[in-house]
Amino acid sequence: MSQNQSQNQSQKTPIVTLSGVQKYYGDYHALRGISAEIGQGEFFSLLGPSGCGKTTLLRAIAGFEDISEGHILLDGRDMEGVPPNRRPTNMVFQSYAIFPHMSVAENVGFGLRRSGKNAAEKRKAVGEALEMVGLGQFGARAAHALSGGQRQRVALARALIMKPKVLLLDEPLSALDKKMREVMQVELIRLQREVGITFILVTHDQEEALVMSDRIAVMFEGEIAQLDDPETLYRRPKSRRVAEFIGMMNFLPAQVSGEVAGRVDLDVKGLGRAELELAQCPSGARAGAAEVGVRPESLTLLYEGQSAEGGREASGTVREVVYYGDMTYYDILLDGAPAPVRVSMRNMPGRRVLDFGARARLAWDPRAMVLFC
Amino acid sequence: MGPGHCGRGTVWVNASFHKMMRSEAGKGLTLVSPTLIYALLLLAAPLAMIVLLSFWTQNFLTIERVATLSNYREALGDPLYRALMLRSLRISGTVTLVTVLLAFPVAYFISFHVRPDRKSLWLFLITIPFWTSYLIRVFLWRVILAYDGPVNGTLLGLGIIDEPLSWILYNANAVVITLAHAFAPFAILPIFVSLEKIDRSLLEAARDLGESRAMSFLRVTLPLAMPGVLAAVLIVFIPTVGDYVTPRLVGGSGGTMIANMIYAQIFDLNDRPMGATLAVMAMLIVAMVLLWGITRARLWLWLLDRAGGGPAGAALALAAAVVEILVIRLVFFQGPAWIGAGPSVIALLLAATLGSALILWRVPKGRWGI
Repeated sequence: MSQNQSQNQSQKTPIVTLSGVQKYYGDYHALRGISAEIGQGEFFSLLGPSGCGKTTLLRAIAGFEDISEGHILLDGRDMEGVPPNRRPTNMVFQSYAIFPHMSVAENVGFGLRRSGKNAAEKRKAVGEALEMVGLGQFGARAAHALSGGQRQRVALARALIMKPKVLLLDEPLSALDKKMREVMQVELIRLQREVGITFILVTHDQEEALVMSDRIAVMFEGEIAQLDDPETLYRRPKSRRVAEFIGMMNFLPAQVSGEVAGRVDLDVKGLGRAELELAQCPSGARAGAAEVGVRPESLTLLYEGQSAEGGREASGTVREVVYYGDMTYYDILLDGAPAPVRVSMRNMPGRRVLDFGARARLAWDPRAMVLFC
Repeated sequence: MGPGHCGRGTVWVNASFHKMMRSEAGKGLTLVSPTLIYALLLLAAPLAMIVLLSFWTQNFLTIERVATLSNYREALGDPLYRALMLRSLRISGTVTLVTVLLAFPVAYFISFHVRPDRKSLWLFLITIPFWTSYLIRVFLWRVILAYDGPVNGTLLGLGIIDEPLSWILYNANAVVITLAHAFAPFAILPIFVSLEKIDRSLLEAARDLGESRAMSFLRVTLPLAMPGVLAAVLIVFIPTVGDYVTPRLVGGSGGTMIANMIYAQIFDLNDRPMGATLAVMAMLIVAMVLLWGITRARLWLWLLDRAGGGPAGAALALAAAVVEILVIRLVFFQGPAWIGAGPSVIALLLAATLGSALILWRVPKGRWGI
């Protein structure tokens, strides 16, 4: 979650090392050279649209897919040729894969057969695992008599009871409704902190990844497009594609005049002249046409009597109003801009919701901008 | 409630009839009534006739229409009938075992190893034997297994045997081979369906939780396929007990089954009541034996689990099975000497069925779905 934490972890010995992992399905190139190190105790997410290879990568780590090239090291051991039952990983499947012919307790205790524990010890371990996921009273329940959230918890308990070095979660929350999903997100973070096991989460939901992860690898077409902690990923996306995938971003055409002493000077259509730092230009800064990305919450509506710092003000016409209760989203066509920008405003006391067609003034801040050349 | 106050009976009946016809149940009954009438006429009525007939007796050319148990006494007491019924059960049991054991790998292969778009082709191929008449297939087995047939010819040619095998035709073995072949598709299909229904991620979960392929099969695939296996057992066992064409054509004297005796009673000996009695007995015994098999499977698996699985559980389940089977054998073979043939069989059936009822009542359906 916090940046400090993730930096501490990357200094530790990595528990998972991916180096040049490639996977072909016939002609289809599913993984195109994935390299990453995942630290002990880290909550790591693989985020991407469907078909980007994130699930393939997870399944390769679990041992369900052979990789065509490269190496997967778990706890320093090369996993080539090691079957899933011999890997120090356990998985929470997207469908949960709860054994329908067993009770909840039998499901959770499934993996203990070879643990060398006697019946009483197994019962105790199952009880503890169920307690941990908040299903203490459900042991005798038949597996098919569970709700979606409960199945999810059983799948978690069943995997965690194995005390894996790495817990793999394949879109574990996608089958739950919004409320339940939010509850389980918090629950997962709590569990991960409690057991200290490395979690690798596969998800296509950027919000979920931002909420839960220490670090996120954004994947497109079998490649990692960016690997960063959530805040960096959100604030400084390295490409327009990542920026579009994580949250919402406005893209405004801009004219870069040049770079002087680490400062980039440019003219943004509809906003005006701005000076950016080099850190805000992930793909460098060349003179010429470029695009500037601004998050909706970095643009602020100005009400009567308010004015922007340093005179960085722009005005335009409201083209769309979307009222969410806590927030209002406006599409505002700035004077001189080719397309409307989206602006999000928290609905605080004294803030009037503007009407369609009204004139609006905006304040903007160059520090919140990213330049894509 | 309302129409009750109406006072005039016919109006009430009429109203309630119309109300019934409009209800879900009424619509359902209307929908099934043609088939229901058909089923009653063609299944229930003949069955009732046979049961009725079984209590009458044949007196030379006429049928004595007086209810008596004498046929049953004879059916239970005559060693010939006992031997034939026992042989029928034994042959059908063997056929069922062989068929299911052979069908399972085929169904497993199609479900797990055939490309999804080729599965229907494979199922289609399996039904190809049905393109020829059953009779012709049985005759072909007669040719294949003959004294100078291809099986003996090949084995002789390879020098594996010195003289043609005589135990493969005109005895119980030939009946088992022929029936197992004929019923294979009936066993493959239900097993295939139950295997298809298994969520493949369950098998991955089992592997993920530390089990080898073999143990994943035993702990997940097999229990979940049990409904299909059970269906296959019923589909094969019930009709084969009553089969009479196959034993007649390839069974010789050593492969004669109870249905051949029923045929002989009705058409050769002109004793239809006795034939009917044997048919009713066969029906009851098959039902009880099946019930016995299913409930005992449940009991043994339950015992296995209760003892914590593993060798201890297996030993307990095996002991329970062996003890009961030994007791049954003892009563069956020694019973006639102690209390007479009829009473011993009745006692055996009653005791076994009572046990079945007790198991159904007290032993929960386990994870094997039986």
